[in-house]
Amino acid sequence: MVERRPWLDFLSHAILIIGVLVIAFPVYITFVASTHTTQEVVQSPMPLLPGAHLWDNYRTALLGGREGTGSKAAVGGMMMVSLITALVISLGKIAISLLSAFAIVYFRFPARMFFFWAIFVTLMLPVEVRIGPTYQVVADLGMLNSYAGLTVPLIASATATFLFRQFFLTVPDELVEAARVDGAGPLRFFKDILVPLSRTSIAALFVIQFIYGWNQYLWPLLVTTEESMYPVVVGIKQMISGGDAQTEWNIVMATAMLAMLPPALVVMLMQKWFVKGLVDTEK
Amino acid sequence: MAVEKRVVFKSAWLPWVLIAPQVAVIAIFFFWPAAQALLQSVQQSDAFGTSVEFVGLENFRNLWNDASYLESFKTTAVFSALVAVLGLSLSLTLAIFADRVVRGSGIYRTFLIWPYAVAPAVAGVLWLFMFAPSIGIVSYGIRQLGMGWDPLLNSNHAMALIVMAAVWKQISYNFLFFLAGLQSIPKSLIEAAAMDGARPWRRFWTIQFPLLSPTTFFLLVINIVYAFFDTFAIVDAATKGGPGKDTAILVYKVYFDGFKAMDLGGSAAQSVVLMVIVVALTVVQFRFVEKKVNY
Repeated sequence: MVERRPWLDFLSHAILIIGVLVIAFPVYITFVASTHTTQEVVQSPMPLLPGAHLWDNYRTALLGGREGTGSKAAVGGMMMVSLITALVISLGKIAISLLSAFAIVYFRFPARMFFFWAIFVTLMLPVEVRIGPTYQVVADLGMLNSYAGLTVPLIASATATFLFRQFFLTVPDELVEAARVDGAGPLRFFKDILVPLSRTSIAALFVIQFIYGWNQYLWPLLVTTEESMYPVVVGIKQMISGGDAQTEWNIVMATAMLAMLPPALVVMLMQKWFVKGLVDTEK
Repeated sequence: MAVEKRVVFKSAWLPWVLIAPQVAVIAIFFFWPAAQALLQSVQQSDAFGTSVEFVGLENFRNLWNDASYLESFKTTAVFSALVAVLGLSLSLTLAIFADRVVRGSGIYRTFLIWPYAVAPAVAGVLWLFMFAPSIGIVSYGIRQLGMGWDPLLNSNHAMALIVMAAVWKQISYNFLFFLAGLQSIPKSLIEAAAMDGARPWRRFWTIQFPLLSPTTFFLLVINIVYAFFDTFAIVDAATKGGPGKDTAILVYKVYFDGFKAMDLGGSAAQSVVLMVIVVALTVVQFRFVEKKVNY
């Protein structure tokens, strides 16, 4: 604080509070809509205070058995698909990136820099620009409608490899020498020294990649055709069909709340690592 | 920081084993499909996929002559400009005030960062619901003000809807980076300016804003990339590219032409154009952002 300006302090708080409220408004409306019956939600204007059907709506959403148009699959199953997908993607990215960064930093082998740049170039090939042929490959390998198809093509990670490489380069060489003197081989050094030292980077990457995995939409939309393999983010879209009046908006909104909850919790509870992860991955 | 390690391990086979999983994934799911896209973009197959012929640059020429493709380019340009400018100015405003606040800035941050976690598709559904012409609560408000609102028929309204949803989702990201940028500006500079009699408004434009330019430029590139590539789900959920094709951004068109209209050659040519755009944006980002913008 440079000088006292009570009026400006007041304005700052006022603007921030308005900002927080405006940003929270869509989610508040979603929550309110998820606690009413379909009829109450589709009347105009819809109620602005929570209703009495919270439990009913969430149970219907989680267990399935809706009546309106659109997909009727149970959201509980979709949440499970999303959770498995997000965990496999985030942990898989971290694992293969740790290994390849270790190889690139701690070994000398032919074509080392070639591989390094090959991994780098994947930054320029997001799924969106190669959807057709990538779908073809996954279809040819028989990986449609499977967890392998949902996760493996997204598991390569240039950003994670770079992050770990940067970090490994800052690890003092004395540690390698000490490990050698004690008779530890490369794998032992990796497991007992390098990975424990990388804990914070791993946590930060996990938060970012978990959200990335949970929020995938285009890719699952292509490789899944069976309702039982829909992640919740894809499933929610399939529930909306027909006109505004036929969609069971209360259930859709309950599903939206459920779909937002896990990644939002991860961000808010792991805020420190989330911020570190965001800043590190964009270097 | 050293670029190479002085001390390394020796093994003829271990590094290959370690790097194999990553290389396998990028070879099979990145480079092979990208090469296929390049190949398909110079080929044309008949409707049954039985014969394929080499057509050179014809697919690209067709794109160039395709009014709907050029229209989609324009849509994408308008969309990303709006998302970048609105998103950056709103989040910069919030970050400036959050930087001023001594007490409670942590709480504000917590309540401003969570939209990052919301899936774009879910964001699209939320905004679709609030702005649905007949049932949406905000549409009701707009009608009470005596204005019309129908994103299903009016393309400006549809564009406004996806811009709002996209900005809403990206504000937290911009906010975090602006706040970090503002907090890294030495307080002594601002104190010196204050002693010289510069008021907050003047201090912002003469000190903080210029010093923030590397962050702003970095975020500008990131936001354009976001608007180009990460907003497919928002568009698909909120407007499906409609009304007509008025909100069909480039990525949406690749998907639609390739998977709904089954025009493989055209879709592959569009993919190649997108790849060129990504490469250009990445180069810009690394050339200018790494060196930092000079001030």
